[in-house]
Amino acid sequence: MKNKKNIERKTDFIQGNIACAEGAIAAGCNFFAGYPITPASEIAHYMSRKMFEVEGTFIQTEDELAAIANIVGASWGGNKSMTATSGPGISLMLENIGLAVVTETPCVIVNVQRGGPSTGSPSVAFQGDMLQPKFGSHGEYQIIALAPSSPQEMFDFTVEAFNKAEKYRIPVFILADSLIGHMRERVDFPLDDEIILEERKKLKNYQGIHQKIFLDENVAPMPIFGEGLKANITGSTHKEDGFRNVSDPKIMDTAIKRLSNKILKHKEDIIAVEEKYLEDAEVAIFSYGLVYRAVLETVNIARNQGLKVGSFRPITIWPFPQEQVEELSKKVKTIIVCENNLGQIYPFVKAAANGNAKIIFLPPKILGALYKQEEILNKIKEVIS
Amino acid sequence: MKKVEIRLTGVGGQGVVLSSVILGRAASVYDKINAVQTETYGSDMRGGDVCTEVIIAEERIIYPIINNPDILVALSQKAYDDNFNDLKAEGIIITDSDLVNVSSLKKGIIYYHGSFNKIAIEELKKKAVANMAMLGFFQEKTKIVSLDALEKAIADLVPSKTLDLNLKALQIGVNIGK
Repeated sequence: MKNKKNIERKTDFIQGNIACAEGAIAAGCNFFAGYPITPASEIAHYMSRKMFEVEGTFIQTEDELAAIANIVGASWGGNKSMTATSGPGISLMLENIGLAVVTETPCVIVNVQRGGPSTGSPSVAFQGDMLQPKFGSHGEYQIIALAPSSPQEMFDFTVEAFNKAEKYRIPVFILADSLIGHMRERVDFPLDDEIILEERKKLKNYQGIHQKIFLDENVAPMPIFGEGLKANITGSTHKEDGFRNVSDPKIMDTAIKRLSNKILKHKEDIIAVEEKYLEDAEVAIFSYGLVYRAVLETVNIARNQGLKVGSFRPITIWPFPQEQVEELSKKVKTIIVCENNLGQIYPFVKAAANGNAKIIFLPPKILGALYKQEEILNKIKEVIS
Repeated sequence: MKKVEIRLTGVGGQGVVLSSVILGRAASVYDKINAVQTETYGSDMRGGDVCTEVIIAEERIIYPIINNPDILVALSQKAYDDNFNDLKAEGIIITDSDLVNVSSLKKGIIYYHGSFNKIAIEELKKKAVANMAMLGFFQEKTKIVSLDALEKAIADLVPSKTLDLNLKALQIGVNIGK
C-alpha cells in the first residue's frame, strides 16, 4: 500500500542529525523515544519539539533499554517509531533489538557512530559498529542497515528506512557517524508528490486465535494493539499464529528460516549500491558512508590521471550485497576496501569475491580521521603498476 | 569561482561556529552555490579551543574536510599558533589585531587584520557581535559570499531582537575592510 504525504518544498543548510529527524517526520514518524548521547543528541533534541507539532509522542526515557522497548511497543500500537543513539546505546539495546526482529516489528534505529569500545571517543567519527546490527543480538537473523554519507542522504535514507521497516516488518538501521551527524550541508526537501511512503500490511479483522500474523516470507499482516484484535506475541520460537513452541526443532527451523528468507528473498528490492566508472576499471574501491566521499574524490583525481579505477559503494550494508560484489570481482583485477575501522566489512568482500579478484584492505592512517586523497591514490598507483 | 577552503578558529564564546554556519548558509541557501561546514571543539565550549571549517564551491563538494585551508581566520593566539602552518602557500590569514600577534609570516601569504573585538566593545557596547564585524571584514576582503546573502543568513540565525545590532556590526566590518 502506498500513499503520499504533503510536505512543503524548502531548502535548508542543516546538520546531518537534523536532516535525519526531518526525514523521519517526512516519513510519518509519530513516536520517538531516546536517551541523549553524543554525537546523536541533536536528533532527540529536535524531535522533542517536532513531535508535538505533528501530534506525535516524544519520550526521553531513563535509559536506552527503555527507549528500544518503547519504540517496539509504540510500533505495535500502530505508530511509526524511531530511536537514535550511538554505539554505547546500541550495546544496551541489543536484547530488545532481537525482540523487534523476532516479533517482526517495524521501527527505525539510528546509530550515529563514535569511537568505541565502551564509552570510547564521543565526537570522533568512526565506522566501528558496522557488524553490530547484524551480529549484536544473539541467534540467527537478518536485518536491514543503510549507510548515508551526507545530510541530504541522512534525510533520504531515513525516509527509505521507514519504508523498508514498514514493508518488511523489521527494524532498519541508519549507520551514520559523528562527522555526518554534525556536518552541515544543503538539504533539498522533496516536493509533495516526490515522496512515496510505504505502509505496513495490517490485519483488518480478527480471524480466530490461529490467524496467520507471523512468519510469512512475503510478510504477514500485522494486528494493531487497541483495534480489538486479539493476538499472541512472544520473543520465543513460535508458529504463524504467534503461539509459543520451544521444544520442537522443526518449528524452530521453520521460524528461523522464514524470518531470514523474508529478507533474503527480497534482496533485490532491498539492496542498493552505487557504482562509478566501473565499465573499464581494473581496480575498484569498495567504501561506504563518509569514507565513500574520500574515495569518490580520489577516484575522480585518478581518472583525470588516466588510471582505470572505479568506485563501488554499498548503500545497503545489511543484507550484504554479496551477489553484486561477486559480479564486481569478476570484472576487475583488484578490489581495495577502505573503511574507517580495522577491516570490519573487508572479510565479507573477500568471501563474496571468492578468489575472483585480489582483495586488499587499506586501513586509514589514523582511525577516526578521514583518509587523505594521497593515501588512497598511492595505493591505487601501487596496485596498477 | 574556484573551491575555497576556510578554517575559522578561536575560543568558545567568540561565535566562531555561528560565523561558519552563517557563511555556509549564505553560500548554499542564498548565493545558490555549494557549502560544507564541519566543526570540532573540546568538551567545554566556553573558553575551549574551537575549530570549524567551511568549504565553498560552485561545483559539488565531495571531500568534506580541509587539510590545508586557503583562508585561516584566527581569533586567539593559540588558534593562530596551532593553525598557521597548515595554510596553503598563497593563503590568506585574517586575525583580530588586538588578540593575535602575527610573527614570521611565510612569503606569499596575505595578511589582513582588524580590531573586531575592540570595535564591538567600544562602538557597539556588545562584545558578542565581534564575530559579525569579522564576517563583514571577511566579505569585503574576499567576496566569496555576497553581502546580501550574508545579511539574509544572519537574519535566519540570530535572535530577531538583536538583528539590527548584528547587521550594524557586519556593516562596520565591511567598512574597515575597505
